[in-house]
Amino acid sequence: MNREGKTFSGEVIIRAMASMHERSNGLGGGFAGYGIYPDHMDDYAFHVLYETPEARKQSEPSLEENYHLVKEEPIPTRQIDAVQNPPLVWRYFLRPRMERRISSVEAEEDFIVRTVMEINQKKTGAFIASSGKNMGIFKGVGYPEEIAEFFRLEEYRGYLWTGHGRFPTNTPGWWGGAHPFGLLDWSVVHNGEISSYGTNRRYLKNFGYDCAFYTDTEVITYLFDLLHRKHQLDFPVVAKILAAPLWDEIERMEEKDFHQFLRAVYGSALLNGPFAVIAAHNRAMVGLNDRIKLRPLVAAEWQENLYIASEESAIREVCPDPDRVWAPEAGEPVVGYLR
Amino acid sequence: MAKGKITPEFKIIRDMEKCVSCQVCHRVCSNDAHLYDPDAGEVTSEDSRCVGCHFCETLCPTGALTIRRNPSEIKLNALWSGRALEDITRQSSTGGVLLTGMGNDRPFPVYFDHLLLNASQVTNPSIDPLREPMELRTYLGGKPDRLEIKEGQKPEEVLKSFLSSQISLETPILFSAMSYGSISLNAVKSLAKAAREAGTLWNTGEGGLHPDLYPFGPHLVVQVASGRFGVHQEYLEAGAAIEIKIGQGAKPGIGGHLPGEKVTEQISRTRMIPEGTDALSPAPHHDIYSIEDLKQLIFALKEAVRYRKPVGVKIAAVHNVAPIASGIVRAGADFVVIDGLRGGTGAAPRVIRDHVGIPIELAISVVDQRLREEGQRNRASLIAAGGFRNSADVVKAVALGADAVYVGTAALVALGCHVCQKCYTGKCNWGIATQDPYLTKRLNPEIGARRLVNLLRAWSLEIKEMLGGMGINALESLRGNREQLRAVGLAETDMKILGVKPAGEAW
Repeated sequence: MNREGKTFSGEVIIRAMASMHERSNGLGGGFAGYGIYPDHMDDYAFHVLYETPEARKQSEPSLEENYHLVKEEPIPTRQIDAVQNPPLVWRYFLRPRMERRISSVEAEEDFIVRTVMEINQKKTGAFIASSGKNMGIFKGVGYPEEIAEFFRLEEYRGYLWTGHGRFPTNTPGWWGGAHPFGLLDWSVVHNGEISSYGTNRRYLKNFGYDCAFYTDTEVITYLFDLLHRKHQLDFPVVAKILAAPLWDEIERMEEKDFHQFLRAVYGSALLNGPFAVIAAHNRAMVGLNDRIKLRPLVAAEWQENLYIASEESAIREVCPDPDRVWAPEAGEPVVGYLR
Repeated sequence: MAKGKITPEFKIIRDMEKCVSCQVCHRVCSNDAHLYDPDAGEVTSEDSRCVGCHFCETLCPTGALTIRRNPSEIKLNALWSGRALEDITRQSSTGGVLLTGMGNDRPFPVYFDHLLLNASQVTNPSIDPLREPMELRTYLGGKPDRLEIKEGQKPEEVLKSFLSSQISLETPILFSAMSYGSISLNAVKSLAKAAREAGTLWNTGEGGLHPDLYPFGPHLVVQVASGRFGVHQEYLEAGAAIEIKIGQGAKPGIGGHLPGEKVTEQISRTRMIPEGTDALSPAPHHDIYSIEDLKQLIFALKEAVRYRKPVGVKIAAVHNVAPIASGIVRAGADFVVIDGLRGGTGAAPRVIRDHVGIPIELAISVVDQRLREEGQRNRASLIAAGGFRNSADVVKAVALGADAVYVGTAALVALGCHVCQKCYTGKCNWGIATQDPYLTKRLNPEIGARRLVNLLRAWSLEIKEMLGGMGINALESLRGNREQLRAVGLAETDMKILGVKPAGEAW
């Protein structure tokens, strides 16, 4: 991420990801880029995966019911041997039809969330991979560098990029299931497994989030959305909820009452199990480890650039001589804000 | 006509080669099952008086005694069992309601035994609780949905007032309501001391609070039941929480009756009734004829303690338990206690105990789900009660959606109880369910407390092992986490109600 908002080519993240080839098995790779659609800054950019042309025909009317279409086009791709039977990938620049809101108090973002979830949950062969402004998620089944080649990622310029290579163990490798998981501006990449999934999922349901894909990443994304956007908690506080400090640590803290409150009230939002996660939206990027650091996470800074990765090698690949490299402590978030 | 004779339930086997006629059994048995003939210098036994408490067997210095179920058998009949015949014989001779003690002993399905837990393999490392932190701390009380400081509020005050409304437990296991009266003061003292040491709560039941026990108030739930025995301002202020008892799993819809002979001078003071009078708890609260009345009582009690203590409501698990619990939460309760079909009692009509209510597993599941659907789940904590036998039952209850569990019978077993179900006779040889000073002095509260603390410690360690296996290091991540449960041998409807998948099905 460039904290000054200067854009750079997707080629950087492709190289970083390729250096961690061994961490994935070719069943999922993906990227999120921010600042990639400067000509459509105020439109919601939807990246949609269609299994078949029929799926597109079926789904487009329901999109148009809720949105004014500014522009639609296929996402440019190139044919490569490694990517077999890709879905149709389409992008739309949209503006919500505010008169279609459930009520006048429904926030614009909630409207987007609801309509995106409606389409994704119908599972009619259409999957909205990303739905934010001036950002997009490119993902599929393959190694990350193959997916990048397929999507011609090096042709885009953004100020913040995240990437992921998958080695699936819980849900099958499919195009929608690759990371990053997206909703609104959010993109989440995640290494790990959330043992509290059942608790988190039912907790989110209380707040109207339906977890339809049985993936940990989906749950993490919704938790970020709930805590940061809806409950208006800053990232450091969100981190103390998702990777809560131990009671022993809380006892010694100056802000003991505050942290007791967080754990008592937000206990069901605690992400339990091993994880290293990078969540991003248009103005920030957050790296976070689980509360006892069961997954690797390394961060580095060089001038106005911030890097977060599973391996230092991935950072050094694209930034050979960083000003500072460090391994964040368990539950200590690394937050980069756009200036 | 020949009157029906009741076949003794137990046979006392005395090994004459080992018996030295020391008379220990004769002296200790409160049921007079062992007789001594001074002329013959011989100890004999009377099977018909034996309740099967095994106290004599435990104390016999030479190991001469063995208590066995009576092998005498009637003609096999799947419908007309020995128990059915015996009940009729008994009732046709007395014309009375059959009484019993402890929880339901009928072979209803125990759903806990059809649920299996998960463990981590490969992708999420299991956690070793001996090396890594493992947290069981539990906060009971109503919680807001979010952190929100409204205009004009000071953040510190919001936090302070929230935390003062919560009770912090070191383990999610509390001691159930058992009144002084139904059990002895020494048994109550054992529970109180153990709760304080283990960082959990004990419960007065409807027995009021003995003056000696006020120091244990910070670890106490004071109960307000239909008889209002022993309820006064100081009593309400003494506890950490207040529990309105509407119902009990062993006898839903039924009141209580402590016979006058148990109302000793001490109990008379504690319950605030004349010595020797029967203590009758009505079936309903006579000031609660519907939910709006309950709401008034909840808030009357909150007012009485100036909103500084959580007020909860205990009900029996009955068919309509989910909407009832939801109403209770909407009426302002900070916690709801659900007591299931297998919940214990000091005395209950057997027909009620054995045939009324629903199993706790199903009740936890539907109540948790209903509260979530109505957006009420954070408003109150859910405590499950009734027949928790081991730490696995506790873990499964939490995974189904309970915040904590109450244990009664398990605690009494730790104090010596052999579940002979004769609590209502007041002759408990173990010194638990009796007020006879000769019997109660058998229970040493210091030793009793140590055994209870041991039990809680053992269960807590086991819970940590199970959590660690699942790759979870804080209990809140198991709460309502039904993904960690799988069912074996259950019908589809059972699984639907429990919200669990069949064993073999992945995520």
